[in-house]
Amino acid sequence: MNDILHQFGQAFLYWDGEHVSGLAMTLWLLVVSVAFGFVCAVPLAVARVSSRRWLSLPVRFYTYVFRGTPLYVQLLLIYTGVYSLAFIRSEPLLDAFFRSGLNCAILAFALNTCAYTTEIFAGAIRSTSHGEVEAARAYGMSPFTMYWRIVLPSALRRALPLYSNEVILMLHATTVAFTATVPDILKVARDANSATYRSFESFGLAALIYCAVSFVLVAAFRRAEKRWLGHLAVRTR
Amino acid sequence: MLYGFGPVLLAGTIQTIELSLLSLGVAVLLGLVGAAAKLSFNRPLAVCATAYTTLIRSVPDLVLMLLLFYSIQIGVNQVTDALGMAQIDIDPFVAGVLTLGFIYGAYFTETFRGAFLSVPRGQLEAGHAYGMSGARVFARILFPQMMRFALPGIGNNWQVLVKATALVSIIGLADVVKAAQDAGRSTFNLFFFLLVAALIYLAITTLSNFALIWLERRYSVGVRHAQL
Repeated sequence: MNDILHQFGQAFLYWDGEHVSGLAMTLWLLVVSVAFGFVCAVPLAVARVSSRRWLSLPVRFYTYVFRGTPLYVQLLLIYTGVYSLAFIRSEPLLDAFFRSGLNCAILAFALNTCAYTTEIFAGAIRSTSHGEVEAARAYGMSPFTMYWRIVLPSALRRALPLYSNEVILMLHATTVAFTATVPDILKVARDANSATYRSFESFGLAALIYCAVSFVLVAAFRRAEKRWLGHLAVRTR
Repeated sequence: MLYGFGPVLLAGTIQTIELSLLSLGVAVLLGLVGAAAKLSFNRPLAVCATAYTTLIRSVPDLVLMLLLFYSIQIGVNQVTDALGMAQIDIDPFVAGVLTLGFIYGAYFTETFRGAFLSVPRGQLEAGHAYGMSGARVFARILFPQMMRFALPGIGNNWQVLVKATALVSIIGLADVVKAAQDAGRSTFNLFFFLLVAALIYLAITTLSNFALIWLERRYSVGVRHAQL
């Protein structure tokens, strides 16, 4: 255990000598993909609940495809599949983008989490009380103002418990990144395993780090819920 | 159309489905046991079950898979070495079923715990008052009513489990992802074959959605829904 810590401790946390690695890499993957997912999911969720079918159907198709297939297959398609196409390699810009495992991993994760987040937000928007929407209309708000001032602030708050689940699942999903040569926590654990043949310690250490990050995320979301969902909490003495 | 790789992909698909169904069986069994332990008045048992669900659910499934997959083999090797026996190689398929079942058992424990709690206690007491044994109360009263509450959760877990089986190709099982990768590499059509694998998964999840809708209708026979 001690020599694994000595030899790979730094790599597990932030630096493997050449690249950012381990925990820092995993957190970077998580933050970037979740941020992209969130920013794209809000307009997509509004489109998903729209009564205009030309708006809602494409979004529905997108979430159906990305929630119905494993993330690992999506990553393989984007990383090895897309790069095997000749026209991608002949285009310098696309070639440079898809050659990097990190870009492909972030693209796959962002697309995947965006699909799940869209459905979560769409569910929350649908459960907005009809009185609030009618009141907003009665005040003469435009659809944009209504969504911006009335629907989204309360819907995003109500989506918080489910959204926290999605973020933690996304943390767990980032483990497939090592298949695209991204040096995340699991990649370091695999290196430690093949260097020392001590599987239990190597993967156990990785499990502990993931476990700790999960607990920190759970605690952070619990605080966020107390802050933003306080008005829905059960009041007891 | 599939460059002669149809049978390989079919075999991979069958392997994936077998793996999912068998691990579902293990997970449901573990889930029922875990839920019973979590709700029991035996404190050590309840603490163990809580530790199981909390720990397993806070560690990524792929990490657990690699941890268990390698450690089980090393553990077995140590036992066989100590006894002076020949090395027993664990079949990767069996190891895959057991690890997936063990991981998703934790998720099923939570699902079943919630469902157990939503069956009114009076129903169980009435069963006991009729002189039914504990097992009979479970089979005739608790289980059929519990299933109604558990089905949405079971459905979710099943969809996640099916998608998690894609990871077993990393520990060397010849599932549909592995078949697609092999076929793609040898025909230089990786994109096409991975797309086929994705479509196969999409077909499996779509079919199981229909099955779940049917099951939910079956288990909610006689329930009155509010008219909105």
